[in-house]
Amino acid sequence: MSDVSLTVNGKRVSGSTEDRTLLVHFLREHLGLTGTHVGCDTSQCGACVVHVDGRAVKSCTMLAVQASGSTIVTIEGLADGAELHPVQAAFKEHHGLQCGFCTPGMIMAATDMIARHPQGLDEATVRAELDGNICRCTGYHNIVKAILAASKTMSKGAKGKAKQAA
Amino acid sequence: MGIEGVGARVARKEDKRFITGGGRYVDDMVVPGMKHAVFVRSPHAHAQIKKIDVKKAQAMPGVVGVLTGKELKADGIGNLICGWMIHSKDGTPMKMGAWSPLAVDKVRYVGDAVVVVVADTKGQARDAAEAVEITYKELKAVVDATKAIQPGAPQIHAEAENNLIFDWELGDAKATDAAINSAAHVTRMKIVNNRLVPNAMEPRAALGHYDKAEDHYTCWTTSQNPHVARLVMSAFYNVAPENKLRVIAPDVGGGFGSKIYIYPEEIVCLWASKKTGVPVKWVADRTESFLSDAHGRDHVSTVEMAFDKDNRITALKVDTIANLGAYMSLFSSCVPTYLYATLLSGQYDIPAIHASVRTVYTNTAPVDAYRGAGRPEATYVLERTMETAARELGVSPAELRRRNFITSFPHQTPVIMNYDAGDYNASLDAAMKAADYAGFTKRRADAAKQGKLRGIGMSCYIEACGLAPSSAVGSLGAGVGLWESAEVRVNAAGTIEVLTGSHSHGQGHETTFAQLVTQRFGVPIDSVSIVHGDTDKVQMGMGTYGSRSGAVGMSAIVKALDKVEAKAKKIAAHLLEADEGDIVIENGEVKVAGTDKSLPWFQVALASYTAHNLPAGMEPGLKETAFYDPSNFTFPAGCYICEVEIDPETGMTEIIQFVAADDFGNIINPMIVEGQVHGGIAQGVGQALLEGAHYDASGQLLTASYMDYTMPRAADLPSFKVSTSNTPCPGNPLGVKGCGEAGAIGSPPAVINAITDALGVVDIAMPASPATVWSAIRAKH
Repeated sequence: MSDVSLTVNGKRVSGSTEDRTLLVHFLREHLGLTGTHVGCDTSQCGACVVHVDGRAVKSCTMLAVQASGSTIVTIEGLADGAELHPVQAAFKEHHGLQCGFCTPGMIMAATDMIARHPQGLDEATVRAELDGNICRCTGYHNIVKAILAASKTMSKGAKGKAKQAA
Repeated sequence: MGIEGVGARVARKEDKRFITGGGRYVDDMVVPGMKHAVFVRSPHAHAQIKKIDVKKAQAMPGVVGVLTGKELKADGIGNLICGWMIHSKDGTPMKMGAWSPLAVDKVRYVGDAVVVVVADTKGQARDAAEAVEITYKELKAVVDATKAIQPGAPQIHAEAENNLIFDWELGDAKATDAAINSAAHVTRMKIVNNRLVPNAMEPRAALGHYDKAEDHYTCWTTSQNPHVARLVMSAFYNVAPENKLRVIAPDVGGGFGSKIYIYPEEIVCLWASKKTGVPVKWVADRTESFLSDAHGRDHVSTVEMAFDKDNRITALKVDTIANLGAYMSLFSSCVPTYLYATLLSGQYDIPAIHASVRTVYTNTAPVDAYRGAGRPEATYVLERTMETAARELGVSPAELRRRNFITSFPHQTPVIMNYDAGDYNASLDAAMKAADYAGFTKRRADAAKQGKLRGIGMSCYIEACGLAPSSAVGSLGAGVGLWESAEVRVNAAGTIEVLTGSHSHGQGHETTFAQLVTQRFGVPIDSVSIVHGDTDKVQMGMGTYGSRSGAVGMSAIVKALDKVEAKAKKIAAHLLEADEGDIVIENGEVKVAGTDKSLPWFQVALASYTAHNLPAGMEPGLKETAFYDPSNFTFPAGCYICEVEIDPETGMTEIIQFVAADDFGNIINPMIVEGQVHGGIAQGVGQALLEGAHYDASGQLLTASYMDYTMPRAADLPSFKVSTSNTPCPGNPLGVKGCGEAGAIGSPPAVINAITDALGVVDIAMPASPATVWSAIRAKH
């Protein structure tokens, strides 16, 4: 057993867990954050993507003890209170989800993708970057559309903020 | 249509919870005292169980129970059943072998469940499962259905000699043979439809909870049809009487057919909960899903299509061998028969058809319905053969199809189905226009200059949806009726709940079903809630599969809404002292037509519950139930065109464009319909280019993870060009046909027709992987 302490969605949490516990299981079973899903056993599907210290990570590839000391954002912590994150809003507007199971991982991966491409995204880049996330429902068509739309909204927002700052 | 009514692109009501992490799937459920189950599964494809020793496992930390098939049988738990009786040509019933939820004497495929271990944590259960000692005597296995029916092949079930389950036929053999013998041209093909694993992203899961004080069971399960699960588990598996068993299918992460069936695991979890005295949860690993979920397709067919001198089809003869795996899954028998051979007429006027189907046991996972279920196999047989015939006859694929299209309705085919409406030329025209078919020759020449091979292929599919008229399926062997139920509950303050027997696992029912209500009464869509997936809430239902929730599920809602509307009008007429016939309901108001007299909707609802002033003799309340049993199947149809470019150096196929032109009848929410088509196409393209379940000769599944089984990913697919040209369905009150499976049905032949066109070959195996394509190119030169 090992002690784990993390900041998850802005809150300090700690607990004791088996050494073999994966981060995804710590989030789901110890913290009750069941929005992060497990869709495979080989780190292929991406349903478990969360942000660890600002980067998209498959939480099934990381032990909970490895993450100790990190700052983590899960799908439950992405919205700003009642206001949806632009990526969440775009998934809804463009019907980027059906059964919803891959959706949390898709949204967390997309948020990271958009952050890494502040100059904007094109369709080919979005499709290539989604390599680590599998969806069986949507054929990706509307997921790609949603990410491109969110990327536009967010770069406009960023420019607006930059202007305000200037 | 209003902004939230029928025909509007309403954003989904259910999305909020899914995009914020608030979805509630079976694995998210926690019950006090809950323990975790792990199944010990057979590592052999075919073996006798000589000895099971659980002593070591029982002594492991955290273990609360290690249970075997013998104990399960001793408690009277029944064998799994196939719910659709098929008779062979000679009149004998299908030969169903026994399927125990936990194997007792013999295992018949890799993944067959043998022992269940229940422990405090999943890790402990896993550790203890490894300590269970099972002694097997290995037997020779067979995985290929064409080999399994050869004399001397390993015998899998004593009940089915030579592993033949049934040898069934449909159509007129004599007339078909006569037409083939006198034909001007006959196109002959051998067609293989590859085996697939459905792969809903949420793995199957079950949580069984036995309440000793109430002698009552609750089962949370990843099901497309919780009511059928309760019925079957009560009536056949002897788990508990229906009134003592509640089945809940909460949010379910995709189904595609694989979650229709009642599997061993949910039965075992319920039984094990009583046995151990604790709630028992099981969640499949992905590899476990690959091994034990029902697979799809796996047909081998020979086809003869006869033409007269004017290129009109005079006959079609199909001989199919269908692999059903090691056990007969719940609907496995109807998929390669009544969901397959009845669609072999396609969009064409074919005077004589004969289909012969042999179903076979093999040492592989059970095979059952997967998105399309029989109809993709029929479409693939027909549309691959049409393409080959066009090439042999030297006519364009479009012209050959047009020449043979059915153009007047209703049309009785020689294989049971009576098509009610359609316009096949309209979808072909729409698809060819959207694909710029006329410009293909130039595009091909341009690609050739770059050293690339371009090809174009089309597929004109039809499917039978809206499953199904109960008396018709009953006469064909179904064990259940296929109606649907609905209850519309208007609450005292005017908000509305619709309880439906359909189950939503991605289809967006919470939105489309609510659109019907908002259209009818003009109430805001947020004041309407859809309730589904719980046998304690919804009286009865048949669930969601076979693109039936629109045509059957929504029709039941329409019937219940009719009753609610009629009663609300009576109450309003009484309160407003008007004639019932003059009452109209719109924009949330109940009005007397042509006057300024009106009541807000909620006041009528309230009046029905206060019951202070109701028409004489009227019962209080505003709540109505309806059952809808369809009078016919519905017949969605369409034309798909795929254009590919192949790099001859690598064998890589790129989809340049994919066009879908569908006829789904009237549409409630175009955004959701398009999403269904996108997803279906992705699965069909996956089948054609990427996906294939492969067993080695000893019965080991070689493709049992996402490292080995190629799921379509975003970069494998283009954005799709989809459109609809709709003829309303005359058979149901909404005029809808269904759209859930079309994409998976229509797309594989379009892709393969394009690849064979590019390569100049007659056929290529699915999945047409780079290695397969590269080899085909090398073989040609």
